[in-house]
Amino acid sequence: MTAVFASSHDGVVLELEELERQILDDLAQQVIGLLEPDEAPPTDPLAAMVGIGTETELPDDPALARLLPDGFTDDPAASAEFRRFTEVGLRQRKVLDAQEVRRSLEAASPVRLDADQARRWLGFLNDVRLLLGTRLSVTEEPVELAEDDPRLPLFGLYGWLGVLQETLVESLTPRHP
Amino acid sequence: MSVSVAPVELEEPATSEDVSPEHPWLTIVWNDPVNLMSYVVFVFQEYFGYDRAEADRLMLQVHHEGRSVVSNGSREEMERDVAAMHGYGLWATLQQDR
Repeated sequence: MTAVFASSHDGVVLELEELERQILDDLAQQVIGLLEPDEAPPTDPLAAMVGIGTETELPDDPALARLLPDGFTDDPAASAEFRRFTEVGLRQRKVLDAQEVRRSLEAASPVRLDADQARRWLGFLNDVRLLLGTRLSVTEEPVELAEDDPRLPLFGLYGWLGVLQETLVESLTPRHP
Repeated sequence: MSVSVAPVELEEPATSEDVSPEHPWLTIVWNDPVNLMSYVVFVFQEYFGYDRAEADRLMLQVHHEGRSVVSNGSREEMERDVAAMHGYGLWATLQQDR
């Protein structure tokens, strides 16, 4: 896992080996599976249209909770109300990001992204790193792992996703420099 | 329970918190060990339109102090900012400035 993003004249490019492509596609599928709304669509057509859900609780899974956090500091009632109005849309956005990643991975390497696609990739890479980082309980301290530690491949993957995201951020020029 | 015939001191009426200018609402971004410093700076520049120096300052405050107030305004505006930060994957909450 050594691929990194590079700037090109019309966007950014990512040259991937087949294994790297498969890994990213697999991660995108997992994100979609995890974030697709797990509640039945609202029966109220207006609620369905504006994206109001019924979910009011922080998810039990800590990794999912990190992607769908509470909105208010120390105010569970306000956070519950905030969640009803935002969680459906937040899940949808993250699923759309992952779906766009899967679509762009269908093309032959190198992957070429315009500015909109690059932002979808950026969101996806951040979501995957949050999920993986939370599951691996990463801290800001560097991790020392023994050579036979079963978590070694996942930390390797986590590190590579960080390099991918870092190089993608570098490749994107902020609108307000 | 005692009953008083003295004039009742009315409590402060429960004014709408949204419009209290002395107590604006704040959007706070919290430190987490996963988000890249460069990404956080990118988000502050892209979403809030801060220049590089201000975005760097806020990111470093999050990193070193654990949190930073990144915007303030009405409750509705801060709900929008917090929802946007969640969209970017930053850990943010809103609260009233007291």
